[in-house]
Amino acid sequence: MAERPEDDVILGVDRVSKRFGGLVAVDDVSFDVRRGRVSALIGPNGAGKTTLFNCVTGLFPPTEGHIWFEDIDVSGVRPHQVAKLGVARTFQNIRLFEYMSALDNVRVGQHVRMKANLWDAMFKLPRERREEVHVTERARELLRFVGLERHGESYARNLSYGQQRRLEIARALATAPRLLLLDEPAAGFTPQEKVELMRLVQRILDQGITILLIEHDMRVVMDISDQITVLDHGEKIAEGPPEEVRHNQRVIDAYLGTAS
Amino acid sequence: MRARLARIDWHDRNTVVYGVLLLLALLFPAVAQFSTGGNGNFLVSTAADAGVYVLLALGLNVVVGFAGLLDLGYAAFFAIGAYTYAMLASNKLAVSPLHHGVHIPFWIALFVAVAVAALFGAMLGAPTLRLRGDYLAIVTLGFGEIVPRIFRNGGSLTGGVNGITALDLPTLPVWLDGPWAGLQLALVRDYQFIDPTAYYVLMLILLGLAIILTSNLLRSRLGRAWMAIREDEVAAAAMGVNTVATKLLAFAVGASFSGFAGCFYGAKLSLVSPENFSFVVSVTILLMVVLGGMGNIPGVIVGALTIYFVDFYVLTNLPSWSSGLADAIGLGFLNQSHAGWTGLGDETQRLIYLVFGLILVVTMVLRPQGLLPSRQRQEELAGGTADEALADVGAA
Repeated sequence: MAERPEDDVILGVDRVSKRFGGLVAVDDVSFDVRRGRVSALIGPNGAGKTTLFNCVTGLFPPTEGHIWFEDIDVSGVRPHQVAKLGVARTFQNIRLFEYMSALDNVRVGQHVRMKANLWDAMFKLPRERREEVHVTERARELLRFVGLERHGESYARNLSYGQQRRLEIARALATAPRLLLLDEPAAGFTPQEKVELMRLVQRILDQGITILLIEHDMRVVMDISDQITVLDHGEKIAEGPPEEVRHNQRVIDAYLGTAS
Repeated sequence: MRARLARIDWHDRNTVVYGVLLLLALLFPAVAQFSTGGNGNFLVSTAADAGVYVLLALGLNVVVGFAGLLDLGYAAFFAIGAYTYAMLASNKLAVSPLHHGVHIPFWIALFVAVAVAALFGAMLGAPTLRLRGDYLAIVTLGFGEIVPRIFRNGGSLTGGVNGITALDLPTLPVWLDGPWAGLQLALVRDYQFIDPTAYYVLMLILLGLAIILTSNLLRSRLGRAWMAIREDEVAAAAMGVNTVATKLLAFAVGASFSGFAGCFYGAKLSLVSPENFSFVVSVTILLMVVLGGMGNIPGVIVGALTIYFVDFYVLTNLPSWSSGLADAIGLGFLNQSHAGWTGLGDETQRLIYLVFGLILVVTMVLRPQGLLPSRQRQEELAGGTADEALADVGAA
């Protein structure tokens, strides 16, 4: 039986493996994410980072090992239950609800914190109306938080790329998470947008939300993370604070290729 | 009241359509009676029948339009609703192995039928809703074939091929007769629903209820969850939507409306037969939803009325119109039958489904988004089909 991780650890990945048939996407990886910090998961393409995210959020159950969120074993728990427990995520290839307004995208995010059931909705009972008012206010607040307050009525697909990335973050925040997983949030961003993103991450952190992110841009990663885990070919090859990881020979080899 | 009226946005197309539909619906019985000199009962009765299809289309719209689940066996729930009423409001169960006829009042049976249909919706949904897209469509197709067959082969319990006849008529303690039904103004006690106008009014009430309930659902937590699943099921799940339960609710809610429709249909016809719930019915309802404008409630109503009009009025009368036309323009010889030609009317009769098909194809080519599409559908077709791959989560 796996051990319960220490208390200031919000997410404990404990010897997790994920195999797709013969392909080992994640191989016996363990690491901890500490509460109130920014942790990063880096590695070359195909290293298994997104697969690990999918294991944590319940999209794929891990083949082996355990994932602890706070003191609950979430390995094999269904995605919506993981969201309810307090883990939210964004996607590497943006997956917004394209033909829903930005406001509705964020309101869907609040679904899991809402109480209205079929009857409340069908008959528009006062309690449902009150909840809708509250949810809409909160959604507008979140849109303002990511700087999209003027785009609430636009369809998600009509927003610019950068706006879509920010809307995804707003939607994830709407689930009221304690842990936010960001899958390459700065991909395709201009330097200016990257700076803004880093500020946004800091503001999310200030709200007491722990962040785990996958990112390729080393400047972003080194700048904002407190702790970095490096994966290569599904295995963990290094772990530690940015300075340490930056000079780790295995990491340099993995990224630049070994001269042989 | 005035404040509320002032808030209605008359520039919104849907509001205008609702207004026009309501006006037409209220005026229709009177116009039908006056224009036929008091013999309009047939027209009013047909309109009430059309209402059954509108109700069915509204229900299917929840499943197909809101939640994006393709259901090809919707007539099965219609059948279940109708047979529920038939069993609960006739002498059928007396000759069945139960040996005891049940006669529940229509008003209660209406809700029992809704509950039974919803239950079957959930029962079909539970094992199948893990399937996606085409696979789900095939399973619902199978269900749509199975249910009428069970009723056809149910022996003494379901009346077999002959179905169940002599169903109870709905009754009301009081009713107001008047010139709108071609009668003197009078208060009637223990009123029995024989007059088509009564059914017409009842249908309007059911439709009003269905429109309000489905509109409420669309603008609720559940409606948004349905749309989210339609747009991206994986993202919806990651955002905390229980996709299986939510799809199940779409199926159950959709089925419940056909429970209303089935109960009404059985009561009005005073007869149910397995032949009335064939695959063609499922397809016709789906056509109404798609042609009207998937997801948009007024669009679906307009679509249902249009298809019903074409299917049950234009196509039925096409043979007699064509032979009449031939006579009128001096081509009367076309109506003579001889070897290889059975007369224009008869030949047209054989071609009506070709005509129907042509009408559908032409409509979809000219207006692929439907007659009155929802905003989403309109943009979707304008925006092309640049769909993102599922690469993000691999084979999910």
